Amino acid sequence: MKWSVFLPYLAVTAGVTYLIRMLPMTIFRKEIKSRFVRSFLAYIPYAVLGAMTFPDVLYSTGDMRTAICGAAVAVLLAWRGRSLLTVALAACCAVALAQGALLLM
Amino acid sequence: MNSAFRKGIRHGLPIALGYLSVSFAFGMKAVGDGLTVMQAVLISMTNLTSAGQIAALPLMTGGAALTEMALTQLTINLRYALMSLSLSRKLDHTMGTLQRMIFSFANTDEIFAVASSQPGKVGKHYLYGLMLTPWFGWSLGTLLGAAAGTLLPAFVRTALGIAIYGMFLAIILPPARKHSSVRAVVAMAVALSLCFRYIPGLNRVSSGFAIIICAVSAAAAGAALFPLKDGESE
Repeated sequence: MKWSVFLPYLAVTAGVTYLIRMLPMTIFRKEIKSRFVRSFLAYIPYAVLGAMTFPDVLYSTGDMRTAICGAAVAVLLAWRGRSLLTVALAACCAVALAQGALLLM
Repeated sequence: MNSAFRKGIRHGLPIALGYLSVSFAFGMKAVGDGLTVMQAVLISMTNLTSAGQIAALPLMTGGAALTEMALTQLTINLRYALMSLSLSRKLDHTMGTLQRMIFSFANTDEIFAVASSQPGKVGKHYLYGLMLTPWFGWSLGTLLGAAAGTLLPAFVRTALGIAIYGMFLAIILPPARKHSSVRAVVAMAVALSLCFRYIPGLNRVSSGFAIIICAVSAAAAGAALFPLKDGESE
């Protein structure tokens, strides 16, 4: 990608992300009063990640059959509370195994 | 070397290992989408956020408006504002304004989780150690994935594509299992996301705005239907 196109995007993504993290920690040092706002902010991460994961995970390997295998393994292990690393690597292994199985069929 | 700093480095190590595999996948994807190796690494060094960076790629390559990029990052990364607010009260007297401005850059989900779980207040030496190893792991993984991803056999490259979603699932599912409210919010967000992908007309909305609409609606509905009880943080 051309640097003249890339650099403004980089500045915006890095700048916005940094300000979101920096301003609350630097300026606000007391509790949020509104229960609705606190609840909204608490639910945001789960809503964002849920919307980013589905249906995109099904297209992440280029073959929906292998992606479903990987996603199923990830859901099972994540549900049982396994670590980020374990879940991510197990999903990759499941996809690799599924690809192998499809080749043999 | 200061012992609190060393302790921070040690606590950051498992986070860095986790980041390595996920950022490897990000680096590979970025180069595959048309960015140079150095551009991919620069994004990781300056952003340090998995979901935001993944969402930024199609917006960059698709020529999205800068305002759409800013709004997308704002929504996806809004959770960090809450984490920064929450962690703010846990910082000791060594964390002045300058130190807060430096450490907040690295307030990711995982670093926040580890820092919050420490007993008592935390200071600058520990936090600088805790931010250093994950930042290094995230940048190094991106470099390796961007530079060497194409050297890997095709089946390994394909398999790594799912790594980042595995990490997302590992973040959302344990609390979803524990709290029916989180389950409901995730279910609403996923249902809306499916609508924006498959319903004709709605699927013309760009990916960045679709995520904003899905997340804000689901979280607002969750906040209205299941407000947190006093003192509850999650």
